[in-house]
Amino acid sequence: MTRRYPDEPADAFPAPPRQLTDREGRSIQLRRADGTDRTALIEMYKKFDPADRAQGIPPARETAIERWLETILDDDCHNVVASHDGDLVGHATLVPDDQEGYELAIFVLSAYQGAGIGTELVETLLGLGQSEGIDRVWLTVERWNDAAIALYRKVGFETSNSERFEREMAIRLA
Amino acid sequence: MHILLGVGGSELSYQALDQTIERAREAGDDLTVAIFDNEEMDTDSEAIAQRVRETLDETGFEASIRHIDGDPGSRLVDIAESESFDRIVLGSGERSTLGKIQLGSIAEFVLLNAQTPVTLIR
Repeated sequence: MTRRYPDEPADAFPAPPRQLTDREGRSIQLRRADGTDRTALIEMYKKFDPADRAQGIPPARETAIERWLETILDDDCHNVVASHDGDLVGHATLVPDDQEGYELAIFVLSAYQGAGIGTELVETLLGLGQSEGIDRVWLTVERWNDAAIALYRKVGFETSNSERFEREMAIRLA
Repeated sequence: MHILLGVGGSELSYQALDQTIERAREAGDDLTVAIFDNEEMDTDSEAIAQRVRETLDETGFEASIRHIDGDPGSRLVDIAESESFDRIVLGSGERSTLGKIQLGSIAEFVLLNAQTPVTLIR
């Protein structure tokens, strides 16, 4: 099964590290993350609202969170985290698929949603992807998740498959 | 109960076969295995049938095997209704490396359109 990508590449995205002020006036740091952030990420995901889970992730139990993070913090994946006052409040990841693309996912704690952090996180992760020479990125999103679909579209993702249970969207970075 | 299990050659469909055999044995259910070509999987129905027969031999469980042509989702729904099956069982919902569950189009069709209860194994 080959995945469709837009013909035109997107413009340049900002790369981490970055600092910004969200719409609630909070100072948010965006930086690259790796295996050393595992413990802090486990703490963040323990606080994740179960109602905000989508398509089976993040897992609910701590042992399952640990196993899942082991996969997505692997050396061939790329991760960006958002922090406020030293605590992680958001996380976005690029994980290589079995072809030439990378799958993207993003998570923001509910108290920090709706403040523009998600858009900045996705853009900064795509900026990191560009600096790593990544060319194709895709994601799936629940069909009824209008807020997420609008966010991805604003960043430049285009719908590549809407016939499945989840909407698939893709972007070309270079 | 009469169980109709759809097997299209994905890993989860074979897992569903193992679990359904085990459950049918405990409950004394009759099992029919419906084999189909899954376009998303690039499999061949003879190879699937072979593997299903091997599993049945190994477990010593008796079930009928049949091949279905045409659109697998709508055929499963039709067969279950017209032949009075009590339940459809399907394996679907593989995870991407990132961990997201993705439901296949056949499973989606069956879940939304069957008049028969459906068990999804994932």
